[in-house]
Amino acid sequence: MERIYLDHAATSPIHPDVAAGMIQSMTEQFGNPSSIHYFGRQSRRALDEARSAIARSLGAKETEIVFTSGGTEADNFALIGTAMANRERGRHLITTAIEHHAVLRACEHLQKQGFDVTYLPVDEHGRVSVEDVKAALRDDTILVSIMFANNEVGTIQPIREIGALLRDHPAYFHTDAVQAYGLIPIDVNEYGIDLLSLSSHKINGPKGSGALYVRGTVRITPLLFGGEQERKRRAGTENVPGIIGLARAVEIAERTREEKRKQYAAWREAMLTIFRSSGLDFIVNGSEDGLPHIFNVAFPGTNVESLLVNLDLAGIAASSGSACTAGSIDPSHVLVAMCGNESERIRSSVRFSFGLGNTTEQIERAAEETVKIVKRLTKR
Amino acid sequence: MMIYLDNSATTKPFPEVVDAFATVASHYFANPSSLHGLGMKAERLLRQAREQIAAMLDVKPSEIVFTSGGTEANNFAIKGVAWQYRRRGRHIITTEIEHPSVAEPCRQLEELGFEVTYLPVGPDGRVSAEQVARALRDDTILVSVMHVNNEVGAVQPIEEIGAVLARHPKTLFHVDRVQGIGKVPLDVKRCGIDLFTVSAHKFHGLRGAGLLYVRDGVRLTPLIAGGGQERQLRSGTENVAAIVAMAKALRLALERYERDIGRLRELKAEWLQALAAIPSLSINTAERGSAPHIINFSLPSGIKPEVFVHELEKSEIYVSTTSACSSKRRAPSKTLLAMGVGEGRAERGIRISLSFDNRREEIKPAVAAIQQAIKTLSEVTGSHGDEV
Repeated sequence: MERIYLDHAATSPIHPDVAAGMIQSMTEQFGNPSSIHYFGRQSRRALDEARSAIARSLGAKETEIVFTSGGTEADNFALIGTAMANRERGRHLITTAIEHHAVLRACEHLQKQGFDVTYLPVDEHGRVSVEDVKAALRDDTILVSIMFANNEVGTIQPIREIGALLRDHPAYFHTDAVQAYGLIPIDVNEYGIDLLSLSSHKINGPKGSGALYVRGTVRITPLLFGGEQERKRRAGTENVPGIIGLARAVEIAERTREEKRKQYAAWREAMLTIFRSSGLDFIVNGSEDGLPHIFNVAFPGTNVESLLVNLDLAGIAASSGSACTAGSIDPSHVLVAMCGNESERIRSSVRFSFGLGNTTEQIERAAEETVKIVKRLTKR
Repeated sequence: MMIYLDNSATTKPFPEVVDAFATVASHYFANPSSLHGLGMKAERLLRQAREQIAAMLDVKPSEIVFTSGGTEANNFAIKGVAWQYRRRGRHIITTEIEHPSVAEPCRQLEELGFEVTYLPVGPDGRVSAEQVARALRDDTILVSVMHVNNEVGAVQPIEEIGAVLARHPKTLFHVDRVQGIGKVPLDVKRCGIDLFTVSAHKFHGLRGAGLLYVRDGVRLTPLIAGGGQERQLRSGTENVAAIVAMAKALRLALERYERDIGRLRELKAEWLQALAAIPSLSINTAERGSAPHIINFSLPSGIKPEVFVHELEKSEIYVSTTSACSSKRRAPSKTLLAMGVGEGRAERGIRISLSFDNRREEIKPAVAAIQQAIKTLSEVTGSHGDEV
């Protein structure tokens, strides 16, 4: 049985060129970039090149990129780092109810430290309103953190509008772009973004690698103290192969972006067509114009656990939501925020996410299998 | 012939380690938190790696928290204890010679209202258990002492300190083992260690992987929160390939220890002897009480250490000025200063750090190159480097 992996939003397979670049780096550029000798300088050069590739992809300066161990660290660093560095200025933060747990848990940590956090609601499509952000802003608001696009339902947030709103307010604007980066071109200046988190393993790069964009004017306290790496903002010997892998993944993502967007939209449409023609009862979660690779669907009358188990038995890897909450199948906090606690959708939704290695045949087979399983499960 | 003598900065990954990484990254890429079959395969690999590492370190699998490396593990230990136990007390004891990833979080905690005692060291670079005993107070929540100093190789009396702390059950004991793993054994149980730090790239593993041992029963406030991985202690999708590679590196490193530790000790003794024969050098590493892989010496006055490093590089010999983490900034070595060698000598420290791959045959040409470099640079600067 051919396995069909439709969980690219949880993590994605490493691109062979990325793996090749990393292995070369591990064997040839093993020096510590802080060492002043040849091996150190060679690693330093590779690091600098990777840094400019990432900076370029965001319209940022090289000095504004801080490499981290991944998206979770980048989110924690953005929130806790700016809160701690600016706590004399204010102790209020604004975020949304549908952020990734890396943001939500960092907020909870800050609340324990005496910070005040406003969690904005979203509409039934998972979208936050700019008016709500405006209404929540206070004189002592130091940070607004709103994800670029949601990881479970794919809804893209009004980042440009929020960025424009915040131009006249001293609060910094952080966006968790882990799911959007690579598929949506992002220029931090155009969007008015001050901090942006990204992760390598969501874009066919290696795990253990990510970055935080930090606008030059932002005051931030490090999360990790020690050596003077990353301009004293993130200590620890740089994971050069991981960073090179990230840079290479970014280059590939940019080169293939348009083709992928078209492909994913077509796959989404193909699944929709099969679902519709089968007469299946289903509701698409999210919005029409969301991230093209995320397709979240509720099948009323089913239970997500049996759905996933049956899909897995049929060779299809999908998910109930973010992988990080998947260990326990608690109802997704994103769907709860969108549909309320009582909605059946919070217990019957599956996320399919497309990516490298998928084929149209796979997508069609997955849709057909899903139809069979849903019909079986809803037969009374 | 290339001679790499900077293994305390970072080591070259074992080929088997790179292979393990490549296999896992390419074929078992799924997220271990995913419920589907592919996720479970990744989860199984992660669990096996955790069990193997735990067995090799003589601890329980549930006591291992994987991190992005030694710096994160040290930050996590220090700040995790401080935030978790701050109601119990706000006093921390450490030494003047810790790695910056211990010293800097301590400084941060001082700014946030904690009190930190930095114990001085003797001329041999060691603290004593008596110093720790004298510094202990009722409100001491943590003692953090490194096992092997990264600059001069001094081995700290961890077991004796552990014996002192056995009488203070409310004080936690953290040991930075980054330089000691695979080179100097340590009995975790006998030493009464509650937390220790390991970094993979110091024993031919990959950068971006490390761990913190957290003894069962010790609670820590997470440094990186989110999806709740690592039993809620460290969030973020697990770097499975690098963790599996770390398990492999540790196994190979411990095998090399079993086979070659005698040879490494002899190698170091020969190095020390050869360097001691150069009268213009001052040896900073004590013959006794030091690790088998680190040798530190100071250049004669007038020679700038970074110029010396570049001069040696011309002969394809790679050494370091001080720890790599602070080598860009020219400042006297903190460890050498603490040992009381004086500012001048502390500014001219050079570190040689060996791995099991270094060979006897390297000593002669390397020492000749060192002598030649001193001669050349003394002539340039017109200083009085002794002629040998």
